[in-house]
Amino acid sequence: MRASRSGNIWQNVDWITIGMFLALAVFGWINIYGASYTFDQTSIFDFSNRAGKQFVWILGSLALGTILLLIDYKTYDVLTYIAYGAMLLLLLATPFLAHDIKGSMSWISLGPVSLQPAEFAKCIVALAIAKYMGRYDYKVRSWRDLIVPFAIIGVPALIIMVLQKETGSALVFASFLLVFYRQGMSGYVLWVGVAAVALFIISIRFGAVALPLGTGSVGILTCMLLLTVIEIFFICKEHKMRWQALILIGSVILVYGLAMLVNIWVAVPFNWVAMGVVLALVVYSVVISIYWRKYQLLIVAAFSVFCIGYTHACDFVFQKVLQPHQRIRIEVLLGMKEDPSGAGYNVNQARIAIGSGRFFGKGYLNGTQTKLQFVPEQDTDFIFCTVGEEWGFVGSIGVLLVYLLFILRLIMIAERQRNTATCIYAYAVAGIFLFHLTINVGMVLGLLPVIGIPLPFFSYGGSSLWGFTLLLFILLRLDAARMEQLN
Amino acid sequence: MINDKFYRRRFVISGIAIVVVTVYIIRLFYLQIIDQSTKDQADNNALVKQTIYPSRGLIYDRNGELLVFNQPIYEITMTMREMGKEWDTTGFCKCLKISRAEFDERIAEIKDRKKNRGYSTWTPQIFMSQLKKEDIATLQESQFLYPGIQIQKRTLRDYTYKAAAHVLGSVGEVNQNDIDRDSYYARGDYSGRDGLERTYERQLRGEKGVEVLMRDSRGRMQGSYQDGALDKKAKAGTDLQTTIDIQLQLLAEELLAGKIGSAVAIEPKTGEILALASNPGWNPKVLVGKERSKNYSMLLKDPTKPLMNRATQATYPPGSTFKTIQALVCLEQGAITENTLYPCSGPQSTPIKCTHHHGSPVALDKAIEQSCNPYFWCAFRDLMQKDGYGKDNEDFRKRYELWREAVLEFGLGQRFQDTDLSEQSSGSIPTTKQYDRAYGKTGWKAITVRSLSIGQGEILTTPLQLANQAALIANEGYYITPHLNKNDSMLTHRHDVHIQKRYFEAVKDGMHRVMKYGTGRWYPIEDIEQAGKTGTAQNPHGKDHAIFIGFAPVEDPQIAVAVVVENAGFGATWACPVASMMMEQYLTGSVKRKDLKKKITTAVLNESVKKW
Repeated sequence: MRASRSGNIWQNVDWITIGMFLALAVFGWINIYGASYTFDQTSIFDFSNRAGKQFVWILGSLALGTILLLIDYKTYDVLTYIAYGAMLLLLLATPFLAHDIKGSMSWISLGPVSLQPAEFAKCIVALAIAKYMGRYDYKVRSWRDLIVPFAIIGVPALIIMVLQKETGSALVFASFLLVFYRQGMSGYVLWVGVAAVALFIISIRFGAVALPLGTGSVGILTCMLLLTVIEIFFICKEHKMRWQALILIGSVILVYGLAMLVNIWVAVPFNWVAMGVVLALVVYSVVISIYWRKYQLLIVAAFSVFCIGYTHACDFVFQKVLQPHQRIRIEVLLGMKEDPSGAGYNVNQARIAIGSGRFFGKGYLNGTQTKLQFVPEQDTDFIFCTVGEEWGFVGSIGVLLVYLLFILRLIMIAERQRNTATCIYAYAVAGIFLFHLTINVGMVLGLLPVIGIPLPFFSYGGSSLWGFTLLLFILLRLDAARMEQLN
Repeated sequence: MINDKFYRRRFVISGIAIVVVTVYIIRLFYLQIIDQSTKDQADNNALVKQTIYPSRGLIYDRNGELLVFNQPIYEITMTMREMGKEWDTTGFCKCLKISRAEFDERIAEIKDRKKNRGYSTWTPQIFMSQLKKEDIATLQESQFLYPGIQIQKRTLRDYTYKAAAHVLGSVGEVNQNDIDRDSYYARGDYSGRDGLERTYERQLRGEKGVEVLMRDSRGRMQGSYQDGALDKKAKAGTDLQTTIDIQLQLLAEELLAGKIGSAVAIEPKTGEILALASNPGWNPKVLVGKERSKNYSMLLKDPTKPLMNRATQATYPPGSTFKTIQALVCLEQGAITENTLYPCSGPQSTPIKCTHHHGSPVALDKAIEQSCNPYFWCAFRDLMQKDGYGKDNEDFRKRYELWREAVLEFGLGQRFQDTDLSEQSSGSIPTTKQYDRAYGKTGWKAITVRSLSIGQGEILTTPLQLANQAALIANEGYYITPHLNKNDSMLTHRHDVHIQKRYFEAVKDGMHRVMKYGTGRWYPIEDIEQAGKTGTAQNPHGKDHAIFIGFAPVEDPQIAVAVVVENAGFGATWACPVASMMMEQYLTGSVKRKDLKKKITTAVLNESVKKW
């Protein structure tokens, strides 16, 4: 046994991760100064400006991190469920204590500063998931095993989304799917997620585009063809017979050929033809799955039927369920609407800011887009613009690569655990960071709709910084305990 | 976690992270390296080029008296955002003496983004412009009551004297044509529209400066870009000294009051124009500022055409003043000598009668003195018929062409090309072609064009050309192109006529006699010998035009003058005294003939002439 195992937390803690954390936080702080820089700017340490405040938040975060590392690792395990309960109560109470900030009811005022409890919820949910799924007797064998974990993330997510109207913060809980996947949830669930997003986008974007021949819309037909391909793929995968694939593909082509032939005389509703083809394949797969007793095909069949309904419901969801401001963000993103002064304003100004940075950037404090406040929320959600404009391509990919290394390091830490709960917690942390990075930078780069979530360690804000600190340093504490647990 | 069933899934999760970052790096590569449009868009967002207007050059007269300068004017701007809800519109309207309806209308105009493209509630918008000091005085005192209101200063032209409007010209807003022709101008800029202001626009305007400012997302200015590295200072316009003697100019305009006509004075040795008066004119102050376009259209509508610079643009038959040239050409081309005598039968003379009574026969000196028409007809006839008519009228037509070329050398029948006078008419000395067309090649003889002998008929000259002709005779054979810029010596622009000097002495002697014994004898100046020639030009538009050319002092001419008074009658009665007093003014500094001055000044010959 190594001497360090019993000992000193400062020797066991993962300094590489801390180094990357510090690098990101300090670079973020520098950019907050740039983003909130005005012409009569005060010092970067002045508490009256945002950079000065962020400096204090960073110092606070270091203190918090130190305390978290000094606490006995078992404490976290003991306190998890209590904390979870307390967190639910706080989340429920928040809308009543909060004052309205741009339609969001998630901020509680504590004297001069405001706190956003949702930022701390992620950490506690991650611990709860880890504790529940990390038990010795827990295994993901069937869907039933995932009911409780889904509840653990679903309840706070719903409270945050419905009561606090913070869709972005609630969506972060979707990152736990990666944890479930790692612990044995079927990979198809991820594919279903991807398929759902793809079908949604296709049916919204092309739903109103008429087909060049016959009647029906490009969006629905494309979705149906996609489902046809999925059906055939799974039928053939189960049967492992090449000739059957050829027969199925042949018949489908035949049906479409006939439809086009008929179309010469009568306008054919191709949507219905395509839907008929999918339904025929569904019936076929149900029959053979019962006949061959391959019940997995039933799931595929059910999925197809669900998707037919889903495709047609997308439009309803889009028009009726989504808020107008969410709808317009999606429309702008999909290029269905040009709106450079309205919903597209942020995204367009962000694009100009980043693009005008070119290769080496305009230099620190020299970004005109940044300095003149053309990009709203530039020190919080749109902080990556400042990097793009003032540090250029070099600075931007530098930051992205540090984030990538940081996340990969977290996955590495997860994989070196002997304790399942810690491993799960580590994946939860990695997933949350990956989710934030993906959504935030994707939004700034105009690849994803505008969803207001911060860039970890970078965006201005005490709550988010301390929330991420909590998440990270508990992991580092648990990781440092690897050695001690061997005893 | 080693040894668990889903160990390999960590590669999938790591892969997702790697794919996301890779996609984003590709996107960054596109935005920052490939897509070139964003640089300009960022500059358009942030940078505002603010023009700094230079002060326009001043204009002085030949003695250094200030004629044209810049006066401050004010514009009122408002920043909507700063105005607030409790803004006292009524009080504000009262300060500016405008009605509520006018206020609302102007605000609506400002807010209309179609008309006002740069509208922003954060930036100052021009509410009213070109206001005088007195217009804003009340508002200035209570400005603190109206947040968002700013009073800004610009400059307009102002004038020391209500004179020389045609010469000085005016400054007005540039039109699309100017902008297309000269990239210096932008919409809303001012430039010289006519007169000296136009001719010397490039000198007077100076050079605009530019200040590159940064504008934030709300349209507020946030200081200079790159610490002013791209800024350019404005360069003030260069002052201009004109050749005009403002006292002489004032006198000329005063004497022409109530009449339609013009007077031009030139310093013979230099070609400098000492006065260039055209009546009716206008007070140059009326074409300044916000009243400009209104007043301009009123001037345009006036039937007496005050906007026309009659001194350079109106053309008249020169009448008897042309006899001076006729004499010179006939002498040089050998038709007559100083001693040639022709008979005169007074009013009974044919084909042209004489309007004066004098002895007969007459020689050149007496003929000029008495303005004897028969003499000049005979001289002209003898010149034209010198070689006979020849085959197909050829010899006569050749002779006519020689005569015409000699006349052209006096600067008649064409514009002065090498001068700074912008508006000129060419006048006309008829060509052989014109007569060929009217009468056929063989259809016209000396008798056909007899009117030319006494400066009538198809000859047309401008007052400026007449004055120049007087200067040429004073110089005995050359003229310097008349011009208005004192700083620009035009001595190299010397035009010589090919006539011997002694002939000029003869003509000058005749002109001297005119002022001593002839038609001009009523207007002597104490101690100064004048020379001149009166003219009374018949014209189809009514009463004869009174014309006079002359110079003084005879022995060393300092000033040459031409005066035309339209439809006034005898040149001796209306044109000669004007010229004589101008010469007196220029040579002695004042007019001692007070009664004469008063008589001419107060005489109203044309009722419709207005004082603008």
